[in-house]
Amino acid sequence: MAAMLDKLVRYFSLPGVQRAFPAGVLIALCSSLLGVTLVLKRFSFIGDGLSHVAFGAMAIATVLKLSNNIPLVLAITIICAILLLRTGQNARIKGDAAVAMISVGALAMGYLIMNLAPKSSIRTGTLASDVCTTLFGSTSILTLTRTDVILCAVLSLVVVAAFVVFYNKIFSVTFDESFAKATGTRTGLYNLIISVIVAVIIVLAMNLVGSLLISALIIFPALSAMRVFKSFRSVTVCSAVLSVICAVIGLLVSILAGTPVGSTIVAADIVAFAGFSAAGAIIRGIKK
Amino acid sequence: MALLTCRDLSLGYDGREIVSGLNFEINSGDYLCIVGENGSGKSTLMKTILGLETPLGGEIVFGDGLKQTEIGYLPQQTLVQRDFPASVREIVLSGCSGRAGLRPFYSRDDKRRAAENMERMDISDLASRCYRELSGGQQQRVLLARALCATGKMLLLDEPVSGLDPRVTAEMYNLIRSLNRDDGITVIMISHDVDEAISYATRVLHIGKDVFFGTREEYLGSEAGFLYGKGSDSHGGDA
Repeated sequence: MAAMLDKLVRYFSLPGVQRAFPAGVLIALCSSLLGVTLVLKRFSFIGDGLSHVAFGAMAIATVLKLSNNIPLVLAITIICAILLLRTGQNARIKGDAAVAMISVGALAMGYLIMNLAPKSSIRTGTLASDVCTTLFGSTSILTLTRTDVILCAVLSLVVVAAFVVFYNKIFSVTFDESFAKATGTRTGLYNLIISVIVAVIIVLAMNLVGSLLISALIIFPALSAMRVFKSFRSVTVCSAVLSVICAVIGLLVSILAGTPVGSTIVAADIVAFAGFSAAGAIIRGIKK
Repeated sequence: MALLTCRDLSLGYDGREIVSGLNFEINSGDYLCIVGENGSGKSTLMKTILGLETPLGGEIVFGDGLKQTEIGYLPQQTLVQRDFPASVREIVLSGCSGRAGLRPFYSRDDKRRAAENMERMDISDLASRCYRELSGGQQQRVLLARALCATGKMLLLDEPVSGLDPRVTAEMYNLIRSLNRDDGITVIMISHDVDEAISYATRVLHIGKDVFFGTREEYLGSEAGFLYGKGSDSHGGDA
């Protein structure tokens, strides 16, 4: 126990870890907010597709040797989010097929671009480890630069603020889009806002868990909360709290046990989901 | 002036026409029942009135100060709603979302409106219950209360009794009739349960191969009404 504490104290004296913690918590908080909307609007795949787009964009940024690659990745992801939302509504190619096309295409192009790049432009060690970092987030949150952390924090706060302001509209559009549209809510505008927020969340979450695991960060807390809570507000609050707790646990465990940050956080989310499922079943059992 | 007038309306989607030459008008206080076979364009007509689809031809004119967005809508239930975590209060309140415009939060007035409509639908005691745990009839009342938050003038009901048992169906029809009679709300209802639905309506619009628009009595005497509804005397004989 004392050895563990000692190890933690030693790690927390490192500036990288000091920065990673608040950033991780903020990212976890905002990534959980739109979970319910994405799950219920059958948008889960869009989140997944966009994360692959973000990977492709990251590859381009790496090759271009940008000192800070978040702005470029963010721009590309937002554009794709808007495009995907449009095609989802009225395209000849069905929504899910379009998502699959864009996501796998982006993944392939991203890897191709990274391979074509001159070896000197790869940041850390070998190509394989760099790709792995982008996909699974290995330890990237612990190696974020100061600028990255500030950018992440600001974007997270913007996401949280936007979510609070548009909370009621997001509810209306998610619960019943045709009713909302028929009674004068500007559903097109709010769908656009939702997709931009999702894009921002995905770029943020990529720094925490890597692009392949983003969906887990978005969906698990919402699904867990939905097992137990009954109203939109309580589900939202619960998934936010749960996501933060799982992120903190995941970060601590990964430091102590030396496991990859992203998959450790997702593992914590899975455990929480199992717990909430059991709790939900017990509550339903008692009611009957 | 009529509350809503459809002139030479033709409907369809993706450029494919389903119905054409629709002419009818709805006055304040009417109870219009739209009947017709599946696929005859009932739902498309409703979506067009609501502005969710654009007409292929003709026009819809709103009068008497009614705006298109002031129509309360009771849609058929969607799959999304079946496992949506939301309390009754949250859903009813979302009926005020349109009137709130760009204002992000609900005002005290919106909340009062929601409370009144829950009272009116007799669901106040369910306010903090979870929507997906309610019975079919209760869910319809919740959605009706939400629709009333969006309108005081006109309700559009899309198959409001589908999937309800006979007792709850009768309750639902009575509820709709009292909104029409006592509160003066104009009602447009889609139904394929012709005999039952028509018995409450003042006017009938039959769409299909033959388009008919007129009062209930005229409809029951007409050929379309005879063929489709078998008149009002032979209730339930041919279901």
